[in-house]
Amino acid sequence: MNQRVHYLGRHNPEITLGQKIWQLNWGMIVLICLIAAIGLGMLYSAANGNFDPWASRQAIRFGVGLVVMLVVALVDIRIWFRFSYLFYIGALLLLVGVEVMGSIGMGAQRWIDLKFIQLQPSELMKVAIIFALARYFHGVSQEDIGRITFLFIPLVMVLAPSVLVLRQPDLGTTGMLVMASGAVFFCAGVRLWKFALVLAAGLAAIPIGWQFLHGYQKNRVLIFLNPEQDPLGTGYHIHQSKIAFGSGGVFGKGFLQGSQSHLNFLPEKQTDFIFTMLAEEFGMVGGLVLLGLYILLMVYGLAISLRSRNQFGRLLAIGLTFNLFLYVFINIAMIMGLVPVVGVPLPLISYGGTVMLTVMMGLGLVMSVWLHRDIKISRHGVHDE
Amino acid sequence: MPMVHEDQDRHKGFTRRVLMLTCGKAALLSALVARMYYLQVVEAEKYKTLAEDNRVNLRLLPPRRGKILDRFGQELATNQQNFRVVVVREQTPDLVATLDALSKLIKLSEHDYKRILRDVKRKRAFVPVTVKDNLSWNQVSSIEVNSADLPGASIEVGETRFYPYGADFAHILGYVASVSEKELTGDPLLELPGFRIGKSGVEKYHDNDMRGQAGTSEFEVNAYGRVIRELARNEGGSGREMILTVDAGLQTFVQQRLMSEQSAASVVLDIKTGDVLAMGSVPSYDPSAFNLGLSSKQWNKLINNQFTPLTNKAIAGTYAPGSTFKMVVALAAMKEGIGATSHTAFCPGFMKLGNARFHCWKRGGHGHVNMIEGLQHSCDVYFYDVSRRIGVDKIAEMANKLGLGNRVNIDLPGERSGVIPTKAWKLANIGEPWQGGETLITSIGQGFVLTTPLQLAVMVSRIAAGGKKVIPRITRGYRENGKAFAYEQNEFEDLGIPQEHMRTIFQGMDAVSNNPRGTAYKYRIREEGWELAGKTGTAQVRRITLAERQAGIFKNEDLPWRRRDHGLFVAYAPVDNPRYACAVVVEHGGGSKSAAPIARDILRETQRRDPARTSAISFDAKVDVKNASGDS
Repeated sequence: MNQRVHYLGRHNPEITLGQKIWQLNWGMIVLICLIAAIGLGMLYSAANGNFDPWASRQAIRFGVGLVVMLVVALVDIRIWFRFSYLFYIGALLLLVGVEVMGSIGMGAQRWIDLKFIQLQPSELMKVAIIFALARYFHGVSQEDIGRITFLFIPLVMVLAPSVLVLRQPDLGTTGMLVMASGAVFFCAGVRLWKFALVLAAGLAAIPIGWQFLHGYQKNRVLIFLNPEQDPLGTGYHIHQSKIAFGSGGVFGKGFLQGSQSHLNFLPEKQTDFIFTMLAEEFGMVGGLVLLGLYILLMVYGLAISLRSRNQFGRLLAIGLTFNLFLYVFINIAMIMGLVPVVGVPLPLISYGGTVMLTVMMGLGLVMSVWLHRDIKISRHGVHDE
Repeated sequence: MPMVHEDQDRHKGFTRRVLMLTCGKAALLSALVARMYYLQVVEAEKYKTLAEDNRVNLRLLPPRRGKILDRFGQELATNQQNFRVVVVREQTPDLVATLDALSKLIKLSEHDYKRILRDVKRKRAFVPVTVKDNLSWNQVSSIEVNSADLPGASIEVGETRFYPYGADFAHILGYVASVSEKELTGDPLLELPGFRIGKSGVEKYHDNDMRGQAGTSEFEVNAYGRVIRELARNEGGSGREMILTVDAGLQTFVQQRLMSEQSAASVVLDIKTGDVLAMGSVPSYDPSAFNLGLSSKQWNKLINNQFTPLTNKAIAGTYAPGSTFKMVVALAAMKEGIGATSHTAFCPGFMKLGNARFHCWKRGGHGHVNMIEGLQHSCDVYFYDVSRRIGVDKIAEMANKLGLGNRVNIDLPGERSGVIPTKAWKLANIGEPWQGGETLITSIGQGFVLTTPLQLAVMVSRIAAGGKKVIPRITRGYRENGKAFAYEQNEFEDLGIPQEHMRTIFQGMDAVSNNPRGTAYKYRIREEGWELAGKTGTAQVRRITLAERQAGIFKNEDLPWRRRDHGLFVAYAPVDNPRYACAVVVEHGGGSKSAAPIARDILRETQRRDPARTSAISFDAKVDVKNASGDS
């Protein structure tokens, strides 16, 4: 089929496995390892200078994640293209699965216990939705994208999992799904006025949506709007987080020296608030270094998406990179009191299995886009060739 | 190639959109960096302070309360280790089982159980809760021996006030007890659990001196309040040790001697210094009981006792001085020009004033008496006669001079001023003009006149000192950081009474005790060189009815206790070179014969011990009395 495809490439897009390994984005891998190493250091500190219970287990997860990432990277992008809807549907079924399990009396659950890992379908969906949207928009022409009818299917693809996740209820993940999808819509070339319309509709829906929020969710929003109103109650987390963050100063209190973290004033320091601990112990310098590493990683993703010669790869890379951005931004903004506390972890750093796995998978996909950057995929899919 | 073109178009559009998206991301990331800068640079100091506040807890360490010493350094009030057993919930698998095991060793009531379980519920799991306070040494050792069966229970040591002399010093020292709501001043020390402050006596008057400086302990705590480690400790300063003027041995003697009566008080003064050598008040109470906490039954028993054990009668009991007041009248008379020997009065046993008859205590009368004889026999008519000549205001003037009618400002709380009536006083307080007869009554220390035993002792001291304004005190100074400081004392000023007047009084008082016809000859001191000079007094608490007088029998012993006469005796010794003064009041003792032997015994013992001339604590420096923070 390759012979029938027109291309202006400077080299043969079809490369051997050895070449793929050679061409792997090693700089990116080093960057990922560096961020993960910082994460392990912080988990070591969170346990008051112990590898147990967090750092050791997180290291194993990272090792597994690294293998998953490399395998995902080496798999031909056309295979990913072919399986993208299947992947999406699988993730959607798992979401329905937890929803059903929850409703038949096992309590509100967000995960499926697979013994070695507690799988959170909503985390998988963050990758799957981008997969599906990239696949969909790949097949839509420049003209068709202007037509409203062509937006119906992708909107359903986004809304179905969003509603399911919202029912869990997981506001943070819902937001991330919607925003990451929005980014794919945006980059696919959907008209700007439509975004304006959705935004306006969304704002108008806030008063209605407010009624559907749970008490604790309303509280979080209220605390965010006025954090001083209840520093010992619901506002405690964010209040203590800001104290820890601010008291770190420019250079921090030193590794293992964060009083807020080690005296347990800081909540959830191994998961959502791990960046606070980093900022307390290493100060603004430490925080900026980690932020810089993330930005570098995102620049890689950006460059890869721009360099890809197929729309699927481009949208996939930009969507996944944006996902990474959302993790980083929402998490850090949240712990600094810029957005309400919504429970979004810091990728590669926060303790947690599914997030590690899905983030590594996402990064593997970005690398796969890089390795297969010159492969052309027809608008109508591989089979049509 | 349409497809290639189309893809190139798409790529162009895509690139444009990606750039826009990237700009958006960059803006948001810049916001993050700005926020980081704001929190970690601009507001860093504020948050550093907040983090320190979070981390560091300050705890006050109660200072050690200063001891109280007698003039020779004997300990009158000390601090004793106080053992209590506590439980820590998180250290015991079964709290009730531990308490059950404990109750086999120390008695725990149903009430104790309830309180402990309530406290345990309220406090965090690692906070010790007191099970029982004030354990005996036996209880402590039995708990220690059985500690294996008592998980979570442990012994803690605190301090409590201990009074080695018990009831003998209760009125002087007072007692300490928990701080009441009203006494809170905002000083956090007072809010410490178990902190005790002086409630009466020296403990109250010098409370601030003895309290000391609270120490502090800085602890690092975690979010649950558990102490992680101690960061800094400042031990604070223990309180001053107060050095009293009292001689513990003499005080014990006085208190024991007074106990021959149901209710009595006595003060012994050093007339050269004004030092209170002993101050007795009977009955007394056990000051430790207040410290340990009094049951309401015990409390009611104390306050409903008709002999008022809680009152220090030496300073807060007021009594008509009776004939002990006659020296005042004599001095006033001499000042008004009535000659001690040149003027005599005839005593037929009564004096008539208008329609009223004012009786002498001796039915047959004394015949012609001059001033010295008047004192010696305590002839009422003589004093009726001179008082009528000089008037009540002159008497009052002399009484005030000698320390009556006003507080003498002893450094103890609760002193009362008594009453020395004048014409103006009666008009102001009773609203009626002065009656001539009242002057006569006043001249024998009856009627409106009220004095405290301390005032009477001061009066005798001022006389014995030859007219010096003796001012009594009960604190000589204090010891702080191993150095003893004496309260500075000015030379007593002269009251301006001519010495010949004083000599007349001396002669009269000498005759009372040492002339075989004196009223207190029976109660003289026989030891040569120790002889006392005194004055008897009997204070009626009721009028003697005409019927009783005609019947000729009004034996006090036949009357109910409340209606018997007070017995008084004031004296100084030795008679030739006075050093000690003493006043004794026996409430409803039936007359001076109850008080005189007590005063004699006290003065004899005082001279035997001779505390004024025995070397006491020596001082390193002098300080102004105002340095004492008496808060009465």
